[in-house]
Amino acid sequence: MESLFLVIAMLCYLSGTVGYLVYLFRDLEQLPRISWTILLAGALFHGVALVMRMVNTGHIPAATIQEALSLFAWVFVVTYLILQIRLKLRILGSFVSPLAVVFMLSSWLLPSQIMLKSEFLKRGWVIVHVASLFLAIALFAVAFSVGVMYLLQERHIKKKNFGFLYERLPSLERLDSIANYCLMSGFPLMTAGLIIGFANAAIVWHSPWNWDPKEILSLVTWIIYAVLVHERLAVGWRGRRAAWLSILGFSAILATFVGASLLLGGHHSVLSGKM
Amino acid sequence: MSHIVLLGMNHKTAPVEIREQLAVACRKEVNPLHMLPHLEQVDEMVFLSTCNRVEFLFTCNSLARGIREITAVLRAHVGLSDSVPLDSYLYVHKDLEAVRHLFMVASSLDSMIVGEPQVLGQLKDAYRNAVEYRTVRVVLNRLLHKSFSVAKRVRTETCIGSCAVSVSYAAVELARKIFGDLRDKRVLLIGAGEMAELAAEHFRRQGVRRMMVANRTLERAMELAARFKAETVAFDRFLEELKATDIVVSSTGAQEPVISYRDVRSRMRERRNKPLFFIDIAVPRDVDPRVNEIDNVYVYDIDDLQGVIDHNREERQNQAQIAEHIINEETIKFNNWMNSLSAVPTIVSVREKAEEIRRNELRKTFSQLPDLSDREKEAIEILTASIIKKLLHDPIVFLKQKAQRNAQAIYMDFTQQLFNLVEGASEEDAAPVEGEDAQDQTFLKTAKK
Repeated sequence: MESLFLVIAMLCYLSGTVGYLVYLFRDLEQLPRISWTILLAGALFHGVALVMRMVNTGHIPAATIQEALSLFAWVFVVTYLILQIRLKLRILGSFVSPLAVVFMLSSWLLPSQIMLKSEFLKRGWVIVHVASLFLAIALFAVAFSVGVMYLLQERHIKKKNFGFLYERLPSLERLDSIANYCLMSGFPLMTAGLIIGFANAAIVWHSPWNWDPKEILSLVTWIIYAVLVHERLAVGWRGRRAAWLSILGFSAILATFVGASLLLGGHHSVLSGKM
Repeated sequence: MSHIVLLGMNHKTAPVEIREQLAVACRKEVNPLHMLPHLEQVDEMVFLSTCNRVEFLFTCNSLARGIREITAVLRAHVGLSDSVPLDSYLYVHKDLEAVRHLFMVASSLDSMIVGEPQVLGQLKDAYRNAVEYRTVRVVLNRLLHKSFSVAKRVRTETCIGSCAVSVSYAAVELARKIFGDLRDKRVLLIGAGEMAELAAEHFRRQGVRRMMVANRTLERAMELAARFKAETVAFDRFLEELKATDIVVSSTGAQEPVISYRDVRSRMRERRNKPLFFIDIAVPRDVDPRVNEIDNVYVYDIDDLQGVIDHNREERQNQAQIAEHIINEETIKFNNWMNSLSAVPTIVSVREKAEEIRRNELRKTFSQLPDLSDREKEAIEILTASIIKKLLHDPIVFLKQKAQRNAQAIYMDFTQQLFNLVEGASEEDAAPVEGEDAQDQTFLKTAKK
């Protein structure tokens, strides 16, 4: 039943994405609304599947990298759906929804490895740690998509070479302000999530810092975003450089999330000896 | 069979002197529609007058005489004496061509500036007038409504309307792609030539409220400032204004660039890197091209803007082909409807519909009464057939009589609606078209008459 729901969710995400991609090329008025609704349906099925898993295992579904990616994909889609209502920028879907499909697919394709022992995932603070980090990453993922859109549009205007996307993409200032919004709301969440994580580590392993690869990469990521936030606030950094940095930041997140869990050791991954 | 005719002249066919007279007539209060009761040949009539075109759309039974009558009305309205030869300026489109031409006009494909949206509004006004004067009935009513929906289709399915055409308009479009909303942006005009004025006008239309003017001769700067409610800046100090400016329109006659790489670079930090857009319409150029390399700064010189326009022109050509296809399609659809308005096809489809209902009902009844003998079945068949025949006899005789009259279109259309005959077409028309109620009302009024 659970996997059936996941398949339905996946199909919804796929068809919603196809709808949004078609919208990128053809300005069909109803298409974004239909795609949005399909994504919403996908998120509902996905949500039910996640709850079923939670009931079965008794903890939040983030024990394996598969579970974590699937949960993240869900948080990401829900974040996007809400943002879309707020921002009313329909073309955003064309750049965001493919990411949702990628996350969802990779949660199936990546090998199932235990990241965290399930007893940790019953702790309230760990749940807050996961929730706030996932929400922050979802916002950063949107910022990443918007950054890509910004760079494309910037290129059109700077190089004076107008592809078909020039017409379809919104103004630079609009894109920049959306990226700013995602960044400024994502960063405090990320900071809080990391602090809670380190505090937990201090309790469980009696030391907040264990030279775990995931810890190191998280800190690097945090620093990238901290620089971005600081420069934006203090110097008024914006535009191209800010867009590149948010793309870099998100790449670092992916490296932390997937790379470190799969390839490197540490207590967030299966190879951990400490657990 | 009545004909649809469109007779008129526009910027392409009439020389300036005649068009000037059109412009005068365009402001007149009198509408030539009031002439309709005095016209013998013309049944329905719509009059469209803009400053670049004057067109009569009408239906008549005799082409030659109808055209003669309307030409006289046109002469009287524009105030041309009989001695002025009009024929070479006039175009006369008949039937399908008239429909096509109207669709072209409504979609702004026949305009001086292709894609400008104004003409549709003017056409809607023309239609409203015609409704007021009660000069439109079935055919033109439907044709005008169709033309509005065709225009809408062309607008949504092509980008005819959104491609910039003039240099200053292209500049404004670019600014919108950089800044989005221009209302809270500040524009600095350096140099106060004609081009700068034009650009300023475009920006003001986009809602820009804050403008500054810097010019070597203060007098001219003040003149321009007064026109756009702008402030003036001493010419030597305009660089200081860069800090608080978003868009710079530069058009000085200087031989050397007046804005250098370093001038801008050093001010970007103070501006907190907010985007800065230079529109350099001066020749030789006022802004060092290297300024474009600075982050968040965009420099467009006159050639770049010309490039934008050329790009749009190409795009426009493509879009025009798509638009033409839409129009051809819709013209054929309209023609099909026109053809269905004559008596024979209407009568045929009334009969077909009745026969279809009869057969369906018989099938149902027979399947519920399996015990019926063949003779009984035959009797029922004959009974139902004769009921249908008798019931339809009077309406069909009536339609055949009306087929000879001028007003046949009204009765045919009414019959089609009464029996719900045109399924394909009626579905499409059920889509909410602006003024649908007005259409029904005029229809009833004219039908009563």
